Amino acid sequence: MKKRNIILTIISMLILIVVLFFIDKNLDSYNTRILNLCAIYVILALSMNLVNGFTGLFSLGHAGFMAVGAYTTALLTMSPDMKAQNFFLAPIIKPLANLTLPFFPALIIAGLVSAFVGYLIATPVLRLKGDYLAIATLGFSEIIRVVFTNTQTLTNGALGLKGIPDTTNIWWTFGMAAVTVIIITSLINSSYGRALKAIREDEIAAESMGINLFKHKVLAFTIGAFFAGIGGGLLGNLLGTIDPLMFRFILTFNILLIIVLGGMGSITGSIIAAFIVTIAGEALRFLDETMNLGFITIQGIPGLRMVVFSALLMLVVIFFRHGLMGTKEFSFDKIINKFSRKPSEKGGDQ
Amino acid sequence: MSLDTFLQHLTNGISLGSLYALIAIGYTMVYGILRLINFAHGDIFMMATYFAFYGVTTFMLPWYFSFLIAIILTGALGILIERTAYRPLRGAPKISIMISAIGASFLLENVAIVMFGGRPKPFPTPEIFDKMVQIGNISVQRLTFVIPVVTFVLLYLLLYLINHTKSGMAMRAVSKDYETAGLMGIDVNKTISFTFGIGSMLASVGALLWALKFPSLLPLMGVMPGLKCFIAAVIGGIGNVKGAVIGGFILGIGEIMLVAFFQDLSGYRDAFAFVMLIVILLLKPTGIMGEKISEKV
Repeated sequence: MKKRNIILTIISMLILIVVLFFIDKNLDSYNTRILNLCAIYVILALSMNLVNGFTGLFSLGHAGFMAVGAYTTALLTMSPDMKAQNFFLAPIIKPLANLTLPFFPALIIAGLVSAFVGYLIATPVLRLKGDYLAIATLGFSEIIRVVFTNTQTLTNGALGLKGIPDTTNIWWTFGMAAVTVIIITSLINSSYGRALKAIREDEIAAESMGINLFKHKVLAFTIGAFFAGIGGGLLGNLLGTIDPLMFRFILTFNILLIIVLGGMGSITGSIIAAFIVTIAGEALRFLDETMNLGFITIQGIPGLRMVVFSALLMLVVIFFRHGLMGTKEFSFDKIINKFSRKPSEKGGDQ
Repeated sequence: MSLDTFLQHLTNGISLGSLYALIAIGYTMVYGILRLINFAHGDIFMMATYFAFYGVTTFMLPWYFSFLIAIILTGALGILIERTAYRPLRGAPKISIMISAIGASFLLENVAIVMFGGRPKPFPTPEIFDKMVQIGNISVQRLTFVIPVVTFVLLYLLLYLINHTKSGMAMRAVSKDYETAGLMGIDVNKTISFTFGIGSMLASVGALLWALKFPSLLPLMGVMPGLKCFIAAVIGGIGNVKGAVIGGFILGIGEIMLVAFFQDLSGYRDAFAFVMLIVILLLKPTGIMGEKISEKV
């Protein structure tokens, strides 16, 4: 990296920290919560993009990994009293009952548990391709949900968990999002990342170039599951309550919408789209609610917001298949070259 | 468990299996021709029940007439979806087509929530299906016999259509290789639309029978049957109509028997299909009747 770019990166990080500081101090809880959700969706979108966009594996199991992460974090951070209150139908299994960990180790354990589940699933499922893979991963995510609904002593079944400590704040979410961006970017730019992209472009060609398909796919899938678990953990401790119904396919759909809109295979695109989709999701809430304009009352129709989103997904895929960014990434060089009169160093258009 | 209870469960299993089979045929036909999961199939299924519901309640039509209209409308809906969601993406990467299919499925679900409301609606069951029939010690709803009969009659008609008519020949040609089929003078787009229409109409018959059996309509009612029937199609060997029927029966009977024999596991009923899917994909990825397709470079 050039020296100038390092300086620019540090400056923008500092600006971000200052902005976050102001948000933390000045913004009301509703808007802060939306920004928290944005950052969590950045993590989720990046983890899904690693699998779907960069490796070309069409996996639809994200909600399942999020459920694993959310439940692990919640169970590890809740106080013993809270757990006793929650598990009134059947007591919680022993070692978990009195175990309370600080947030950070709980989050990392959640990621690791989720990655482990991902690894277990990856071994059989990644022998499949294309739509079979999509359905099998979707199936696994449903199985995880069904299991969580039925394991009363571990997850409190369909009742879900309430009173999870709301540790998640703007520093956690944006901090973890930044860490995710850094790790995934480094991974993508490493030799592993190049191998993943090669697999996406053409599996057979990649294999004949000596890339171990299975190893790399499992690697991408496991790392994706790890970050999905982290995202799920942050989400659980942001919302304060979780139940198995939260982790239905629609959650995966939201993340899919983000990575398609941002461009499959672009980290920058995923980040931008995560903000757009989350904020638009809140902004479009007026469609669902009754609006009173003083002289006229417009009857809102519950569900109209999701109609807009699903139509949006189809329109993007049909007319703008590459999304906002395609496979392009943000870089300081490009911006500076655009504004300075100097011709681009490499010549031609990049 | 006594023989009577076993037979009772078996009849239930057969009738559920026939329903799965009817819907699975639609999946398998579309997959056979386009190599694509029609994610919206379960939602087409749901729309059919609502069409019939409004035909009977709002327009006060007799049930047979209203069922007929529902079947025709559903076929038209299938063709419409093919034109708007799938045709513009022909030749696009597979992942894009799948995303568009998921989009179409969510669009239908949410349009249904907006138009029909999220509350369950009671399906008006005509009396003739409701009567109980007594055989020995087991009593069975008349509908339980109607369902397999309808399934087999339709299966026979469909096999005739595929194997002995010109349209069927075109369908088979397109599913083998649609570029070459186009060169041979087959209107590929028309054939694909036709396949979608037939598949959707079969789904709508399945849906109406489903609604007679489980008479409560919800906008999301198609999701689970949709996924399960796709799994049935995979178990039987996707792309193969007879396979889909076999898969449907395996899944339907298996599911009922699981709940009957292991009552502790009844909560895992919905997971059964997915476990079956994963087992079959690992043991015999092409399914029971499927043929191996090797990938060319």
